[in-house]
Amino acid sequence: MTDMLTPVLTDMWDVEQGWKLAPYESKGGYAALDIAFGMSQDDVITAVKDSGLRGRGGAGFPTGMKWSFIPQDNPRPKYLVVNADESEPGTCKDIPLMMGNPHVLVEGVIISSYAIRANKAFIYIRGEVLHVIRRVQAAVEEAYAAGHLGKNIHGSGYDLDVVVHAGAGAYICGEETALLEGLEGRRGQPRLRPPFPAVAGLYASPTVINNVESIASVPAIVKNGAAWFASMGTEKSKGHGIFSLSGHVQNPGQYEAPLGITLRELLDLAGGIRHGHEIKFWTPGGSSTPLLTAEHLDIPLDFEGVGAVGSMLGTRALQIFDETVCVVRAVLRWTEFYKHESCGKCTPCREGTWWLVQALTRLENGQGTEADLDQLLDQCDNILGRSFCALGDGATSPISSSIEHFRDEYLAHLAHGGCPFDAARSTAWAGTEVSA
Amino acid sequence: MTTTPEKAVEKSDLVTVTIDGVQVSVPKDTLVIRAAEQIGVQIPRFCDHPLLAPAGACRQCLVDVPDAGNGRGFPKPQASCTLPVAEGMVVSTQESSPVADKAQRGVMELLLINHPLDCPVCDKGGECPLQNQAMSNGQGESRFSDDRNRGVKRTFPKPINLSPTVLLDRERCIVCQRCTRFADEIAGDPFIELLERGAQQQIGIAEDAPFLSYFSGNVIQICPVGALTSEQYRFRSRPFDLVSTAGVAEHDACGSAIRIDHRRGKVLRRQSGNDPAVNEEWITDKDRFAFAYAQSEDRLVYPQVRDEDGSLRPASWPEAFAVAARGLAAAKQAGGVGVLTGGRLTVEDAYAYSKFARVALGTNDIDFRARPLSAEEAAFLASSVALTGPGNGGVTYDDLESAAKVVLVGLEPEDEAGAVFLRLRKSVRAGGTEVISLAPYTTRGLAKVSARVVPTVPGEEAAGLDALAPELDAGSVLLVGERLATIPGALSAAAAVAASTGARLAWVPRRAGDRGAVEAGCLPNLLPGGRPTADAGARVDVAAAWGVDVLPETEGRDADAIVAALVTGELGGLVIAGVDPDDTSDPAATRAAIDAAGFVVAFDLRRTDVTDVADVVFPVAPTTDKAGTFVNWEGRVRPWEAALRNPASLPELRALSGIADELAHLGHGSPLGFRTVDEARAEMAQLGPWDGERPRLDTPSPGGSGYSTTLGDGDLVLATWKQSLDNGSLQDGDKYLKATARTPVVLVSRAVHDSHGPTITLTGDRGSMTLPAEIADDLVDGVVWVPSNSVGNGVLADLASPGTTVTIAGGAA
Repeated sequence: MTDMLTPVLTDMWDVEQGWKLAPYESKGGYAALDIAFGMSQDDVITAVKDSGLRGRGGAGFPTGMKWSFIPQDNPRPKYLVVNADESEPGTCKDIPLMMGNPHVLVEGVIISSYAIRANKAFIYIRGEVLHVIRRVQAAVEEAYAAGHLGKNIHGSGYDLDVVVHAGAGAYICGEETALLEGLEGRRGQPRLRPPFPAVAGLYASPTVINNVESIASVPAIVKNGAAWFASMGTEKSKGHGIFSLSGHVQNPGQYEAPLGITLRELLDLAGGIRHGHEIKFWTPGGSSTPLLTAEHLDIPLDFEGVGAVGSMLGTRALQIFDETVCVVRAVLRWTEFYKHESCGKCTPCREGTWWLVQALTRLENGQGTEADLDQLLDQCDNILGRSFCALGDGATSPISSSIEHFRDEYLAHLAHGGCPFDAARSTAWAGTEVSA
Repeated sequence: MTTTPEKAVEKSDLVTVTIDGVQVSVPKDTLVIRAAEQIGVQIPRFCDHPLLAPAGACRQCLVDVPDAGNGRGFPKPQASCTLPVAEGMVVSTQESSPVADKAQRGVMELLLINHPLDCPVCDKGGECPLQNQAMSNGQGESRFSDDRNRGVKRTFPKPINLSPTVLLDRERCIVCQRCTRFADEIAGDPFIELLERGAQQQIGIAEDAPFLSYFSGNVIQICPVGALTSEQYRFRSRPFDLVSTAGVAEHDACGSAIRIDHRRGKVLRRQSGNDPAVNEEWITDKDRFAFAYAQSEDRLVYPQVRDEDGSLRPASWPEAFAVAARGLAAAKQAGGVGVLTGGRLTVEDAYAYSKFARVALGTNDIDFRARPLSAEEAAFLASSVALTGPGNGGVTYDDLESAAKVVLVGLEPEDEAGAVFLRLRKSVRAGGTEVISLAPYTTRGLAKVSARVVPTVPGEEAAGLDALAPELDAGSVLLVGERLATIPGALSAAAAVAASTGARLAWVPRRAGDRGAVEAGCLPNLLPGGRPTADAGARVDVAAAWGVDVLPETEGRDADAIVAALVTGELGGLVIAGVDPDDTSDPAATRAAIDAAGFVVAFDLRRTDVTDVADVVFPVAPTTDKAGTFVNWEGRVRPWEAALRNPASLPELRALSGIADELAHLGHGSPLGFRTVDEARAEMAQLGPWDGERPRLDTPSPGGSGYSTTLGDGDLVLATWKQSLDNGSLQDGDKYLKATARTPVVLVSRAVHDSHGPTITLTGDRGSMTLPAEIADDLVDGVVWVPSNSVGNGVLADLASPGTTVTIAGGAA
């Protein structure tokens, strides 16, 4: 069963002190640098293009194509920015990756920067995860000391400096242009596009912004070849990816597998739903992706497969909820998150999330009528696609998808005059009776 | 009036789009929201402002774009305020697209959920874009606050002060960012910023940094809701009770278009007008808030004559005319009468003084310059300034935008000409213009236009201009300020450099009436219409038009010479209009001259030191009470009609006409021939500009100025100018505005600061002045700067003449 796993990025995780340089190098780490430096920059871009690697941050934009958008006739410096501001509820892949294998990210940064002709790269890490920031900083220091970073890397004549930057605690800074604003020392709010970052990004210079996992996937592609990477996954969603399972599963955690694996297969790997319970709903890629139900257990988890059932692959953050969970309660908690994290720039997201929380709270308390459900859906319709960035869109996804799949449960709240569920039953300690 | 010609648009730069089924061609890069205006469709908007960079924040202007011009549509509604047109683009606005209409109604509903329903007590109610567009593009009923779903609105304690003048009611704010973008992009004073996030997001200031900007009031005007209000106007009136009259700002020579909002004969507020060729949509805070002076307690409202017991008593207008005429007739015989008109006259009134001096008093002893001056300046004004204007090659605001280089000499535009400063900043930000300034240090205003400062000791501007000449060409503009008057050779050097390099030259005075006074002939060497007094043909020209036999032939005395002649008794009388002695070259001498004068006729708006000692006092109509015209620094004619009807408030030309009539009865001179502004305008139009030879600007004789060439030990050259907000009498009556003025300090070099400490006493030949000291890092060695009129009676009265040396000492005197 474990042969379904394809440990590439996670391969170092069970190595003793695998986050250090020596163990990483002993397993072939930083060997891809010399291969890359032996290639022309454009050939590296082509290899990444040919591999079919698509952005692992959620949107799935082809990574090599993004790199090729950098106008090389632009006289300004080019920058690589790694988006490590992982904050989506349910998403937990970049943070363990940077903890378990920071050097693969650093190696990826070097090759990617070389390919786009950047001499400066930034790793923007979510500020709350101080332990991760320290670990990546340590890895960067080790890489400098070993000559993998700095001037004339490996005698190639190529120079690169890497800055590890700590965010200041805003979900919106995971949006790439808000991230750039934050990196420049400004208020983290998304920028107007165009100009796109590829043309005028960081400090108004051509900038590539990639997710941690996308960049970390590059060394293996260079080392093993595009065909090796493309042999994994499905036709349009190639390669390996980290699937993070959380919630009501026996063995929550990160499972690195080819894209296209199904949740049923992943659940088997994870030991199934917690004993005595059955799956009720799940998110394929974090709370911003419309939730799915037991009937979707066998859809291939790739960009196309999840899209076909009306959701998004997103960040492969599989949050599993069993039948003890009240969907209204879960959705309200997510909505409170979006209200808290709305940056305030645009009206639909700023005001909409304020209203959605109030509307959902009333429904959870069993107040209102079925007409309020339709009004809630109409509110979502007035936010989805009307906000400045995707945060507002994401805020509506759990609401509209939960009403689509669990309308009766909402109505049950109204009939019951409150939540018909016992919230304690969904907790991790449910069933463990405590006696005095 | 001169208008800017439509900027020619190349045919190939036009893009054709279809909006609501109507094809329209617009210049490329036009935003959809403005292309729609071309076909008469108003898309509702809040954050959009044509003079600010697009933000796309409010999302009110969403439209459907079924074809982006490439055959594919946008899947989601697009913000039309950020979307440039593309050839073949198809746009459906709320007029034709249910999707766009629903999107707009949805956004409007969301905007209103946290907006208080305090319209009945809100200043903006009645002129509020949110109110208006909620009516036009929103739903009548809220789904957030009906009885079934009583939502909880976000509230804030209210209001908070962003500055002494600007208040913020945060709960009314829809965070469109117009104000923060204005502060950052236009004024360059980014002291307001977004704070917090989500629904708690608000505009705010840093604890120790209020929104102190010379242009802060503009944010109140562009706020699309009632979030920003002024201390001055808040809760004073409702917009539908106000009558609005177009006007022209009287505080500087920019000619800014303003709107005067008044109710029952009282001005309640002033707003910026919209004149793309001049001030666009921005005015200074002085233009906006400083108008209470005209409604102050000490306003003169009736003529007065000096009684037998020596006191002033009220008089009827006819009596005052007669008394003035008798006194002036006597003074004329006792040596003559000088006329000092000050710099605040309308051009019609200035023309009346100019004609009055020539035909009634028979003299060329007339000068509008109530400030340090020189004969070189008068010659420069006659040769290089009079008659230039937008129609005949004069420098315009638009020229500032297209110039490759703008050189500022003796001019600090942020303080002295706000609209010029804003236009320069716009141009610099667009990347087209380099501002170069000959200045003693990098002022805040110069820093905001990224100016290249050529460090210049006051007095050395002429040499500085010569040194700069090699890099100037026809794409350059030279702006010279009135401070150059007393710097020997500076104005001549400017004219010579302009002539030799092809650079264009403009004189930017401080006062609104200065340029008009030049055109009207309120100078000893100029008759109206730029006609040189010394030119016999010009005199004949004017005499014929005026129906008099001859005009005085000899060039008259300038203001300083009039003062001197009064003191020695060579002149017997004085007509003085709105001149504060403390503004003049030598305040003590001017006061002595007024005391010495045998007979003084004073014209003023308010009681002053001068009216107190005058023999006849005439009240003056403020700009709100009469029609008038200012000529701005460009030479652009800026007329306005009276905003208020006040029968007791007469233009000066009416009073002068009355005095001239009485004088004619006494056998002195002839009547003016006009009694109203319209008649004066008609006569001026008939007279027209001088078409003969312009006087040459001769190289001035060296010397004769107070500028120091040798410095004693510890002596410093005094640099000074008036700040935008200071003790000027036209700013009286608004304590809030006054509180936003910059703290008066003396600027010194770091070395001087280190050796003398944080408090410094300067001593010059007229007195001493003690001020807190601040360091100006790049202040030229040997120079000290103080604001001209921010403490005491001002630098001229209390310290020394600009450019002379002062001694410096630490601590208070």
